[in-house]
Amino acid sequence: MSGWLRRNGWVAALAFAFAALLVATKIIQPGFGASGLESLARAALPFAFATAAMAVVVIAGGIDLTVAAVMAVAGVTSAVLMRDWGVAGTVPAVIVVLALGAVIGAINGAAIVLSRAPDIVVTLAMMYVWQGMALLILNGPGGTATPWLREVILGGVPIPGLRWLPQAAVVLAFALALVWLPLKRSRPGLSLYAIGSDQTAAFRSGVAIGPTKVLAYAVSGLFAAMGGLTLTLSTGVGEPIPGPYLLAAVAAVVLGGVALTGGVGGILGPIIAVLILRLLRLDLTLLSVDPNVTTIIEGTIMAVVVMIGGLLAIRRKRA
Amino acid sequence: MQPNPPKTPRAILDAQGVTKSFGAVQALRGASLRVGAGEIVALMGANGAGKSTLVKILTGALRHDAGTITIKDRPVRFASPAAARRAGLVPVYQEPALIPDLDVGQNLRLGATPVAPFRHWVDALGVTGLRMDDAIGHLPLATLRILDLARALAMEPDVLMLDEMTAALPTDLVDNVLRVMRGQADAGRAVIYISHRFPEIARICDRATVLRDGVTVGDLPIVPGVEEEVVELMLGQRMTPAVAATGRSAAKGTARLSVAGLSLGSKLAEVSFDLHAGEVLGVVALEGQGQDELFEVLAGFRRAGSGRISVDGTPVAFRHPADAIAAGLTFVPGNRADALAMGRSVRENIALPGFAAPRRWGPIAMQAEATRIGAAIDRLQIDTRAQGEVRRLSGGNQQKVTIGRWIAHGVQTLLLFDPTRGIDVRTKRQIYELCRDLAAQGAAVLYYTSELAEVPQACDRAIVIFGGRVVAEMPAAEATEAALLRAAYGLAVAT
Amino acid sequence: MTTGTVQAPFARIGRLLRDYPIIALLVLLVALIVLLQILNPGIINQRWIGNTIKFAIPLAMLAACQTFTMYTGGIDLSAAAVATITAFVMATQVPHLGDAAGIALALVPAVLIGLLNGFGVGICRVHPLIMTLGSGLIGIGCLQVYQRSTIATGSAIPPVLEWLGTGRTFWLPNGLWLFVPFAALMLFIQRRTGFGRLLYAVGANEGAARLSGLRTWQLYFALYTLSALIAGLTGLLYAGIIRTTSLSLVEPLLLPSVAAAVIGGTSIFGGRGSYAGTIVGALILTVLGTLLTLLQMPEGGRQIIFGGIILAVTAIYMRLTETG
Repeated sequence: MSGWLRRNGWVAALAFAFAALLVATKIIQPGFGASGLESLARAALPFAFATAAMAVVVIAGGIDLTVAAVMAVAGVTSAVLMRDWGVAGTVPAVIVVLALGAVIGAINGAAIVLSRAPDIVVTLAMMYVWQGMALLILNGPGGTATPWLREVILGGVPIPGLRWLPQAAVVLAFALALVWLPLKRSRPGLSLYAIGSDQTAAFRSGVAIGPTKVLAYAVSGLFAAMGGLTLTLSTGVGEPIPGPYLLAAVAAVVLGGVALTGGVGGILGPIIAVLILRLLRLDLTLLSVDPNVTTIIEGTIMAVVVMIGGLLAIRRKRA
Repeated sequence: MQPNPPKTPRAILDAQGVTKSFGAVQALRGASLRVGAGEIVALMGANGAGKSTLVKILTGALRHDAGTITIKDRPVRFASPAAARRAGLVPVYQEPALIPDLDVGQNLRLGATPVAPFRHWVDALGVTGLRMDDAIGHLPLATLRILDLARALAMEPDVLMLDEMTAALPTDLVDNVLRVMRGQADAGRAVIYISHRFPEIARICDRATVLRDGVTVGDLPIVPGVEEEVVELMLGQRMTPAVAATGRSAAKGTARLSVAGLSLGSKLAEVSFDLHAGEVLGVVALEGQGQDELFEVLAGFRRAGSGRISVDGTPVAFRHPADAIAAGLTFVPGNRADALAMGRSVRENIALPGFAAPRRWGPIAMQAEATRIGAAIDRLQIDTRAQGEVRRLSGGNQQKVTIGRWIAHGVQTLLLFDPTRGIDVRTKRQIYELCRDLAAQGAAVLYYTSELAEVPQACDRAIVIFGGRVVAEMPAAEATEAALLRAAYGLAVAT
Repeated sequence: MTTGTVQAPFARIGRLLRDYPIIALLVLLVALIVLLQILNPGIINQRWIGNTIKFAIPLAMLAACQTFTMYTGGIDLSAAAVATITAFVMATQVPHLGDAAGIALALVPAVLIGLLNGFGVGICRVHPLIMTLGSGLIGIGCLQVYQRSTIATGSAIPPVLEWLGTGRTFWLPNGLWLFVPFAALMLFIQRRTGFGRLLYAVGANEGAARLSGLRTWQLYFALYTLSALIAGLTGLLYAGIIRTTSLSLVEPLLLPSVAAAVIGGTSIFGGRGSYAGTIVGALILTVLGTLLTLLQMPEGGRQIIFGGIILAVTAIYMRLTETG
């Protein structure tokens, strides 16, 4: 029992904080209800996928600076494909985009393994490559999103009694669970934790470091593609300039209990952290804070979270 | 126990003429190792003999350049540790290959280890109360080594390799390990046993294969008294008798460095000693007895839990190495790679401490610096042919740079942590002489060494640490290897 | 068997490249110029050279931020934001305060961001890339708020900056009056000061520097503040060149500034490099920019090429250090 608490205590604390923040929101804005929850979930969706993408790689001891850029590539690709292939081609378009994300991620991972350079440097370079790719695909906002697919992340669950539950939240939970749960229970999933925790010990335990690293980045790319896709769905157009997802993802990952040194944490914590950060933004807006100031506050919170994460890592190392 | 079988049984592992180069350095020039069914073979060699390179090749961490390796008469060439495991060779290292952030069960699944045999071996090795959801990171090192061994045994390997795995293991666990190993051999498996500990080797090994300079120089059956022969083979020459140390009695008056009641968690308990100017004080301890922590505290890398450190009678508290340096305590760590900016020049490395304080960040008087550093290089006889990058120097010359750095800035109290580890005999002698010279000029030297034979050559006096306590103190004249070893194992010193 | 080894020609060229990267870089620069001349005969003249230098100067200055932080294994991705902020604040404050006071005031936010970076990197041990990315974004956020409060006051560029940015002495740009002393100072700092030695030492082995008594946080504070000041200076010059300001004035120079340092032989892992190489790297990128414009390469393609160059050069240097 103490083992469970030690491992999941932080996630529980985050969930509690999120609940408390929801209550605070209700106090600030008594009208906050199903529609508020829905818009929160929809706004959080791309951030949540970006965070999941970052979390997988950080758990494996790396860092993926391409997350926002890959989202941009996936976003414009999906918008262009849905425009060109029409309603009938929507499902193939989604499959192509998700596969593209995984391939892009695998390329990132392979570049790291082959160049033997640190993750942070390689993904910095690749970040510009994918940003450029997004611009080549679409020079400005454009393309379309298939209406029926857009509705999948709109509104509440169309089941009586569950209408308060945003569809976006269900999509998120479903997509993450589909990829993450089987992975985490499998040997490759354990290998992700192993290479993040202690690369030498993992190598000696017979873990294939290179392929595992490529796998981590491929999964990351897949999540980033989901993020890009949902972004296109929620705005209705493809946007080639990457959004502010990179730093937000790093902050949420750190806040979510994943050590930047690797090997620790899961995906649930970072996702709750994303919801907390989004809800905080909503509250600031409700308190009619200037949106530009909100951006500063948000950025400051993220920077502070990362800095505290750094200090905690130092303490952990000393302990 | 049944030494010297008349004829070597069928070889399970047979490595012949293995070579390996790293760039210009040839680590192995013809290493051979043959282990038969039912045999335990000790693989021995001094530091730098190529032992670890051979181990890495056999376990699939490196690939050899030439030579043949066969397992059960099948030639093998492992691409990875996983491939070596599949071929039936499973190693157990001093550093357990377990993932700290996963629990026991997850680690077993990661290595596809069957659980029931694992449990059997954990019990047989005498570890009790283990739960499958215990996090590896929270278990003590001794337990981890046993788990790693149990995991290896559960794989039922043809060849089992133990690399210094009994180091700092409690005696009862060591006994269990040795017993189980003998049992494995009796069951027809092959065991490679790498250790520096003659008593253990004498107890369980059948033969000893000795490496020197990357070549297998001997393969001897273990018989009583073989130790001398093995040591000779490892060193390639007779051990030189101890140089008579000056053996001056400790200086009187206020100690340069006085440590009183120093404690740190479970690592150090009430450590007290005095170090006087003009003295070289040896520190002797087996691995992991708290000597690392003692030096780290004295060098300002970590703070002690309690106790007092005084320099020239003044109490000091170090929060950073800079504080220790300001108090005249300068530290040469055990691992040279920790102390050197490998990609920078000899000159820059030696001059480094001079710039640490912000008021010294300004322009450098290049001419004066060159003179000062040149003097230090001359004094230490550093071979400066490759001074553009410290990386390209030999280990001995690198060590001289780390010491020379402090000599160039004036030594008051020098903390040397195993300064001769892995360097050649000639440089070792130079370092002993240097210590003596520094002491003669009024410096104080604290000298930890893992080689007991060095104590009479370099030191005036020695203290022995065991389990975080100072258990013995003796003048150099009495510090024979036997006396030091007895004390280092926590046995009472005959007075 | 002997211990002698036969070095592959690649390794020998590699060592030459590593020890004297500037030679290879100059060859590359000349090759690019020749290629340009072939593609568009007659383009190379005094005016073109003057223009190339004029635009290479702010790039080389911003790349100094990257070069110096890279010596310690860091990077300064807030440099472009700092430069933009400094230029913007200067242009909006000069009408109120006059030239000198306006310029001085404009450097205050630069110093603040530099101190913030120093705090994050030196005390909290956040990776410099994350820290400077974050502080840059926060800085730009603050600038947006500031912009709304000063929207009506108008802006002005002091004549001295316009003279530096756009004027010419003979056919050479006046920016050289700033850049030559600047570059000389940077080269002096890296080679002949204790500060410079420490930068390399920290990048090569931070533990060794600490062992030698360095309190690394002090160095990081000084380094990132210096970097921010250089970025601020770059912003002032760039405002003089462009003769206007915007919220993303210097942003397009950020990626090239990283690329210039990397191409110039500065190791992104720390401990190796020289500002001299960076200057040539900045020239190469400026010429490459002309070439890409000539080939009508879209912005996306440029980004891919820049990213690819950083990756390729890093991978090559990685191999070289392994074989060396």
